[in-house]
Amino acid sequence: MLSEYFSAVDFLLLKPAILLTIFGIGVMLTDLLLDERQKYFNAVTALVGIGFAAVQMLRIQSQMREAGVSEVEAFRGAIVLDGLGIFFIWLFLISTAITILISFRYLEIENEHHGEYYAILLFATVGMIFLAIGMDLITLFVGLELMVLSIYILAGFLRGDRRSNEAAMKYLLLGAFSSGILLYGMSLLYGMSNSTNLRVIGSALSQRPLGDPLVIMAVVTIAAGLFFKIGAVPFHQWLPDVYEGAPHSVAAFMSVGPKVAAFALLLRLFLVPLGELREQWEPLLIGVAVATMTLGNLAAISQSNIKRMLGYSAISHVGYILLGLVAGNETGLKGIVIYLLVYVFMNLGIFTVVVAMRRRDLVGDEINDMAGLMHKSPVMAILSLIFLLSLAGIPPTAGFLGKYFIFLSLLETGHYTLAVIAVLYVAVAIYYYFRIVVVMFMQPPADQELPSMSLGIRCALGVTAAMTLFMGLYPEPFIQLATGPVLAILR
Amino acid sequence: MTWIHDHILTVVLFIPLAGAILIMFLPKENKNGVRWAANLTAFLGFLVSVPLFFWFDSSVGEFQFVEKVEWIPSIGANYSLGLDGISLLLVLLTTILGFIAILSSWTSINERLKEYYVFLLLLQTGMLGVFMTLDFFLFYVFWEVMLVPMYFLIGIWGGARKLYAAIKFFLYTLVGSVLMLLGILALYFINRSQTGVATFDIVALQNLNIPVNLQLWIFFAFFVAFAIKVPMFPFHTWLPDAHVEAPTAGSVILAGVLLKMGTYGFVRFSLPMLPDASSHPMVVNLMITLSLIAIIYGGLVSLMQKDWKKLVAYSSVSHMGFITLGIFTLNPNGLSGGILQQINHGISTGALFLIVGIIYERRHTREISEFGGLSNVMPVYATMFLIVAMSSLGLPTLNGFIGEFVILQGAFEENWVWAALAVTGIILAAAYLLWLYQRTMFGPLDNPKNKNLKDLNFREMMTLVPLIILAFWIGLYPKPFFRILEQPVQKIMERVRPAYYAAHPDAFGAPARLNAAAQPSASLETEAAAVRSAEKRAGASR
Repeated sequence: MLSEYFSAVDFLLLKPAILLTIFGIGVMLTDLLLDERQKYFNAVTALVGIGFAAVQMLRIQSQMREAGVSEVEAFRGAIVLDGLGIFFIWLFLISTAITILISFRYLEIENEHHGEYYAILLFATVGMIFLAIGMDLITLFVGLELMVLSIYILAGFLRGDRRSNEAAMKYLLLGAFSSGILLYGMSLLYGMSNSTNLRVIGSALSQRPLGDPLVIMAVVTIAAGLFFKIGAVPFHQWLPDVYEGAPHSVAAFMSVGPKVAAFALLLRLFLVPLGELREQWEPLLIGVAVATMTLGNLAAISQSNIKRMLGYSAISHVGYILLGLVAGNETGLKGIVIYLLVYVFMNLGIFTVVVAMRRRDLVGDEINDMAGLMHKSPVMAILSLIFLLSLAGIPPTAGFLGKYFIFLSLLETGHYTLAVIAVLYVAVAIYYYFRIVVVMFMQPPADQELPSMSLGIRCALGVTAAMTLFMGLYPEPFIQLATGPVLAILR
Repeated sequence: MTWIHDHILTVVLFIPLAGAILIMFLPKENKNGVRWAANLTAFLGFLVSVPLFFWFDSSVGEFQFVEKVEWIPSIGANYSLGLDGISLLLVLLTTILGFIAILSSWTSINERLKEYYVFLLLLQTGMLGVFMTLDFFLFYVFWEVMLVPMYFLIGIWGGARKLYAAIKFFLYTLVGSVLMLLGILALYFINRSQTGVATFDIVALQNLNIPVNLQLWIFFAFFVAFAIKVPMFPFHTWLPDAHVEAPTAGSVILAGVLLKMGTYGFVRFSLPMLPDASSHPMVVNLMITLSLIAIIYGGLVSLMQKDWKKLVAYSSVSHMGFITLGIFTLNPNGLSGGILQQINHGISTGALFLIVGIIYERRHTREISEFGGLSNVMPVYATMFLIVAMSSLGLPTLNGFIGEFVILQGAFEENWVWAALAVTGIILAAAYLLWLYQRTMFGPLDNPKNKNLKDLNFREMMTLVPLIILAFWIGLYPKPFFRILEQPVQKIMERVRPAYYAAHPDAFGAPARLNAAAQPSASLETEAAAVRSAEKRAGASR
């Protein structure tokens, strides 16, 4: 009997993912019927799909509220939807939706406007959803692979562009390698606990003696695999190259959705099965976090390509977020959650500006391509200023909020030196972010061509800027939003 | 009337911001419209702040005009504003200098006018917020917000090396302020673990008892931020660059108000929140030594400058040294003198930068050797410059004298060597300012380019006259200003040196009222005491 394996709850929890998959397939089918000028219809279909998934999420949440539960299990514990999972799924839906908004004009300019693009984006989102709710090694790994396979394709989506091909190839080879390492660590976990369920693994690991080489091996390999996915030093080398080569809109997507998903996986693994082994991985994490901040910030200084610079800046943000995990207390985890939330909006915002720079005659990813933007498009220049200030963490923008919690958590847990290092890198960050500002505000424009604006780009800019400012000026509701999930993990 | 009385700080704070938003929507081509809008906004901002001076009750020690609205309750940050005597004077200084800075830009700025005024007005809101807020979180927000418009003012409308100067200013200040952020968070955390209440309330944080060790760490975190802002030696190197490159209005604001944030920080936060660290002999010696070095070094370097504006910039370093010297004498004279000298320095140095700006607009050079004999063609200008220079070098009857005298009195009380060394700063100030005056204003008018210079027009006079009036007012009748400072100084003294007033019952700000609290004539008695101390001062000055 089917019902023996499959309950109503299972189906309910899968519904958002199922809807996204259906719409993804639908996009591929309807694409066949559309001629060149109607391709934007694919984007609309994909957005509608995300809308349906969002409505499903709302219904799931309201049912959970009615039932008075904060956590739902499905598939015998392979999937657990808790507050954190819900939070992450919303972030994924938002980042995919904004990516779609900024994509269609860009793809038209690149002459690569195919329906698969949107379908693959939706499939990647499905993968990310499973990373957020998976509680089982197999589920998590399949979700991860679904996500990264989709991104391999997206990174190489500009078939005629050698840089794009190179990016895809590089990402594929290194990504496959890191997935292998991660999988090896997972197999060690399975070997030690005889289960793929994270909670069972956690209790099995806590039985093992302190300093067990097998456990250390598992921690190190899993950490290495995860550090690759989030782009932490020393596994970061792929990141600037891939950002630079990938299509602008895909780089924008990669810098938020999959990164947040990888963090969801990292949090899940480090807090549930490996949570008991904190003393063993904390020194490792401190080293990685400091190295990541250092390298990201210092390497970003000398970049002339804005996508590379944002790549290195993304690396430095990973360092900050990892510091929240180093602290690991309530404030620190709250800091991670808020940082990720804020990061999605501000980073998508600045990438949207980069996407708008792409014109028929201009790739638009050199910093100098932004020369004189204040004269050409003052609104866009001012919004970029807001995004850059936020990325650097200057109040009253949202970026400060994330950093505030991270710094506070470091002080609370006695990591004073780390706190000093972390705050000083804010000054370094301002230095390179303001190189863009200088070009935008203080140099004369090279030509009079306006950036390519479309309705989608306008919407994306409006949403991201409004959120970046609003979260900075009135953060209370967002702090409340982050508090619930965090308290749930710590319980 | 009651509404405005209850919300006057919010109104004063947000008028410039509202003006900035309004100007953003004006058409770029309508240059005079933008100018009028900016000037009227700034003037309105000043007018609205005037009642503060009259409504302020200087016999009350608590913060006044307090407004408090919940902002981020989950971390305990509030939108809370309030003034005591120290911040009242600084707020008034800010509104008047803000208006003068905008008025002084009428003809000197012709490019990207709209952005210019928007940034100036945003800066104005940021500065006012720093002085008004009673919430440490909000304070940090304003402190950082104000960096961005200043960066642009230097970076867009500055001189030849504007980009270098702008980013140097930004980075120096930012390094200090992020360390200060750690200090703020540490205080917040300590307060929360001691009392269980999460709050950034400045008054609450002023009553903490923290172990000396920890206080010292936090003190140094604050020290970096404030010392860079003041700037104290050896953190001063950003200042000449920023001043020389900034447009006139930027220099006026920078010297007049921005630098005061550093000294304000010491007085408002370091001293009352970290009293044991602030009175630690190591800290006091360090601060006094750095102040004395700044006074003498700044004076010597000023002597050698060939650039008019750079001379004024380095003189700022020297004069700010007096303020930090006064504050860290940790006695009522030094403190009240230091606080008043902030205002005096804002008036005198602000006016000096206006003087430089006026001649720069005419000649587009600031080389002192290019000038000479200007008093022949610009008599009004020369007169005003003379008054301003005298006020800056501390001639009696002008404001600078009062402040420096009281500071020296305070220094003498602690250690006569400090006072003796600081006096050389006054001598140096007389030397470099009079020599500058002699080289530019007197002598033959031998440079043909100077022959046809026009004297001040009405608008330019109007930028200088209010400052000169204030300089005479403080110089001739400083009593109201000292009265305003009496209560705050007393409060700081009670935190930093609780035993001081018991040993010196006649000292400035001594709680005479406490003894006479039961009598109805209490206020009369304080007034009599104030008159006495003012007389004592006046007598000593003669």
